[in-house]
Amino acid sequence: MAEYTCIVCPLSCQLAVSEENGEVVVKGNGCKRGEAHGKNEYLNPMRMITSTVVIANREEKRLAVISRGEVPKKMVPECLEEIYRTAVEAPVSCGDVIIKDVCHTGVDIVSTVTIE
Amino acid sequence: MEKMKVDLAVIGGGPAGMAAALEAKRQGVEKVVIIERDKKLGGILQQCIHDGFGLHRFGERLAGTEYAQRFIDQVKETDIQVFLETMVIEMTADREIYACGKKHGMLHISCGAIVEAMGCRERTASQVSLYGKRPAGVYTAGSVQRFINMEGYLPGKEAVILGSGDIGLIMARRMTLEGIHVKGVYEVMSSPGGLTRNIVQCLDDYDIPLTLSATVNEIHGKERIEGVTIAKLDENRNVIEGTEEYVSCDLLVLAVGLIPENELSKGAGITLDGKTKGPVLDENFMTDVPGIYAAGNVSVVYDLVDYVSQSGEIAARGAASYLKGEGSAGKEWNHVAAGENVNFVVPSKVSQGDKEKVSFFLRVTKPLKKSKVEVMQNGVVLASKQIMHGAPPEMVAIDSPVSGEGTITVCVREV
Repeated sequence: MAEYTCIVCPLSCQLAVSEENGEVVVKGNGCKRGEAHGKNEYLNPMRMITSTVVIANREEKRLAVISRGEVPKKMVPECLEEIYRTAVEAPVSCGDVIIKDVCHTGVDIVSTVTIE
Repeated sequence: MEKMKVDLAVIGGGPAGMAAALEAKRQGVEKVVIIERDKKLGGILQQCIHDGFGLHRFGERLAGTEYAQRFIDQVKETDIQVFLETMVIEMTADREIYACGKKHGMLHISCGAIVEAMGCRERTASQVSLYGKRPAGVYTAGSVQRFINMEGYLPGKEAVILGSGDIGLIMARRMTLEGIHVKGVYEVMSSPGGLTRNIVQCLDDYDIPLTLSATVNEIHGKERIEGVTIAKLDENRNVIEGTEEYVSCDLLVLAVGLIPENELSKGAGITLDGKTKGPVLDENFMTDVPGIYAAGNVSVVYDLVDYVSQSGEIAARGAASYLKGEGSAGKEWNHVAAGENVNFVVPSKVSQGDKEKVSFFLRVTKPLKKSKVEVMQNGVVLASKQIMHGAPPEMVAIDSPVSGEGTITVCVREV
């Protein structure tokens, strides 16, 4: 069994997730969205990534980037390694793809700022 | 000294200031300037690279930097004049601004109206009674955020965080992802200062321990911090003897609260509110000095940037009507009272007369279950809404029509 605090809304229900007869069962949830959250956390937790990459040719030293969607939680360290290895040159626009399909997750890492 | 005359000057180019300047343009104000002391627009959002911004306004989970960029792009499309690396050093009650910067030297700006949007400041070690030696390695959470996210420096390898407000929690995760070992978060109060979702996403996710009713009692180290003594506190916040524990670290991060930055307001003789630490405001977010408005975290510390932008727009609409000779200046006031379970309400006064919509922002005094928020005047409920949950760190917003005379009371009751 696993326990999570639900973060779908501020009510913060305490979820208990277990497998019964091969099925994932969520208890303690106050709503359907909480049930879905509990199942996802148990089976395949996903996380957004926000970090920075080096920007080489401007006064700014770092360029803030974000994943365009969530990646599997267990892939986060690997994705961060690739982000840390990356350096870009300005000009960069907000939304520009910095790393395409990071670590084969199908998710792009994009810039969150414009540096002219 | 360069002299100029403007219709509206906005002091500060963060989310409140940009929203105010843009709304002023939409309201037809002609000459609008933003005065910003940093090298770029965006304010504190420049270093807020984490996501979760703009859910109310844009219906998306944006990074703070992305949220700012949307406003920066809009400002560029207007004729708003932006003074960067320019610091306002004085503002007078008759709306004269003195500023200085690299490019323009000294500036003297005569303003039809002013929106203050200077944001807030972090409490420092001495403001939370952390006395003794002053070795390197003791920083506020915002400084650490700037070092890591903008300057590209790691200020330590092993960190202790004092304070469980949202910035402390966000930095616990950020430092962990950057390879800093976060040994623990310590909170003086008996309940966490930040939102539950941040406790879950930033601490639980990385197995970072949170200790409540505990504080840093002593800082060790001469040149560089070497460790801290942690002690448990009783319900009166006194150290419980015998609970002291040494924790080694080379970085102490302080996330112990924010205070609206009102040095300029004080200089202009603006009256401040003891609870919010911001100016006393009316429904247009005008201070008690006519023509000077306040928006964003300088008026009261908000939890969501969406509210910060909204307050900027309210202030700008107020300033636009003031410039037309309308607005709330010189009118009689209805007092706004904090009723049951309410710590404070912004605005704290509303000018008399019929109004279709006044936006009230409030904080509750204690954690509440499903509750009803009510705006009342002369025994009549003017507006009400249900909230599923209330907590002191979370601001509650409610819009209400207001009419006539009589104290307006806002209360929150469990149902």
